[in-house]
This record gives sequence, C-alpha cells and structure tokens, in this order.
Amino acid sequence: MCTMIAEKTAVTGCGKGTPGWMQVNQVTVSYDHPSEMTLEHALNIDFVDASQKLGPRIAVELTPESAKRLVELINVALEKGAVVDPVAFE
Amino acid sequence: MNEWRFVVYTTDMYEGMIAETVRVQAEDGVAINAYFARPLGPGPHPGMVLAHHMPGWDEWYRECARKFAHHGYATISPDLYHRIGHASPEDVAAHARSVGGIPDDQAVGDLAASMRYLRSLPNSNGKVGAFGTCSGGRHVVLAASRVEGFDAVVDCWGGRVVMDDSELTENNPVAPIDYTSGLSCPVLGLFGEEDGSPSPEQVAIQEAALKEHGKEYEFHMYAGAGHGFFYYDRAPYRQEQAVDGWQKTFAFLAKHLG
Repeated sequence: MCTMIAEKTAVTGCGKGTPGWMQVNQVTVSYDHPSEMTLEHALNIDFVDASQKLGPRIAVELTPESAKRLVELINVALEKGAVVDPVAFE
Repeated sequence: MNEWRFVVYTTDMYEGMIAETVRVQAEDGVAINAYFARPLGPGPHPGMVLAHHMPGWDEWYRECARKFAHHGYATISPDLYHRIGHASPEDVAAHARSVGGIPDDQAVGDLAASMRYLRSLPNSNGKVGAFGTCSGGRHVVLAASRVEGFDAVVDCWGGRVVMDDSELTENNPVAPIDYTSGLSCPVLGLFGEEDGSPSPEQVAIQEAALKEHGKEYEFHMYAGAGHGFFYYDRAPYRQEQAVDGWQKTFAFLAKHLG
C-alpha cells in the first residue's frame, strides 16, 4: 500500500553522509515503501538540509521493531543526558 | 483489432522498437520529461499512458514501458514528479513524500497531456489506455474519471481510491471514488487479498460504486498476494499471480484498444 504516512519537523543538528558532514534542519519520518530494504513497508527517516531542495539526504530505513528500539534508546539516552547535563534540557 | 499482435511469436520474425526520453507539454505549460517506447513500423498502434508508482519514475517503469511497446503499444510514461526536480528516482520520491505527494489536479493534467500526445501521433489507431500501479493505479482511475479520451484503464492495487474524510488533503481534496459517475471507459482492476490499501473491503466499495453507476469493469482479487505483486525486484513479488495478471492485462487491452 502507499500509506502516505509521513511526518515532518524542523530540527537542529548535523549528519554525515556521502558528501561528509552537512547541516540538517529537517527530518521526515514515514512508514511507507522503502527504497532499499526488501520489505513492503519500513520506518523511513530522511534527514535533509531543506535549503537544498534535492541536495544530499541522510536516509535510514528500519524494520518497525528496530525503529521502536531506536525510539526507546533515544529516550534512555536523553534521560541519562538530562541527569549529567541538566542545563541543556532546560 | 490489430490481429498481428496475436500472432504467436516465432524466431524468424523481425521486431524492433525505439525508446527514449521526450518532453510533453503539460496543461500548466510546463514541459515535463516522459519516457516514450514504441514499436517500429507504420502501425497503426494503440497507445498506453503509464502512471508510475510512489517510489518514483524508476527503472521498473522504463522496463514496463518497453514491455507494452513489445506488445504493440506506443507507450509513454510521464515523470509525474518532474516539478519536484531531478536527482536519483529514490531521492526525488523521498522529497515528494516529504511534501505530501503531488496534487491530484497536476497528475490528472499530466496524464491527460500524455494521452493527447499519443493521440496526435500519425500512426495512432485512435485508442489510448492507461496503466498504473500503487499511487499510479489511483492516478489513472482519477484521470479516466475526470478527463474524456481514455479508452481503457488498468488499475493495479491503486490505494486510496476510497478515502475517509480524514485522509483528504490539499493535494488530494476529493476521493477518486466520488468521481465514478464521470468514468468514461472500462476498468480492469488487479488486487491482492493481503493488501492493506486497498483492502479487500475498500475494493468491494469501489466495485459497488462502479456497479451503481453502470460502469464496465473487470476486477480480480488474487489470493496469496498483497501490494505490488508485479514488482520482480521487491519482496511482494508473486510469480504465479503476476504472470496471470499480465495475461489479463493484455487480453483486456486487446479487447478495448484493438
């Protein structure tokens, strides 16, 4: 199916892809057809620099289970980070 | 009917085609890229417009265009993502996804322009069909329901023909099923029982609308298949169902585009 499930938000950060480190200021998270994984659907994450319309893209395609684990790990890391670096989380 | 297309191929036959990128003048004045594959010879040839799937204007669709040309159809596959820009098909498709796809009006306009391009050819037989998979299946149903000039439509697992109000967006303001009364040609629908969009229940709703409006259609629901069972390069490929689906496609087109 073409789910057309895609959520987008602005972010601040950077990522490293084929061209080297680049600014990333937008991320799209979708659950739809992947390009590379041999699955009908995957959790796809695209980090881009939105100022470059079709510029470099840092793309990740994950199984749903892997994506859930990633979310959990991100939350664990953020919780620990808030303990050691509370100012950054204010 | 072009009987030559039903002659059993033998190895002493001449066969040739030309396939290349061309530009089609779209209805909004933009000249969009299109892949055009057609058999050599004087014709007359029926035409086919192919609406690519959500993963983009990719290699599978070029191959698909050549497959239709091999079967005797002058076939054009417009780049429905042309206005998004140019990069690898997967990068263009990712950008299209991030902006919520393309507007339905634009897709219908591009498919109609492609249909008229084929009709303008000196060796056209005056008949043009349309074929699409995935979002392309939805787009060909939409185009044939809103524009006169298509003579047959093949909808392969086109999802979101039936849409809840909550799914309507600026790009997709009206569910294609709501245009059913305007459908101007017969429809062949190929679907998989294990598909979630369109689900068998949604296909039943689509079929009921076609019946209600007295439209000519032929629907096939394949057991053991889900979404995209023609895609030999992807996990959902189902060999037996795909072979049968292609046979039904060419039989349907021969009947209506003859």
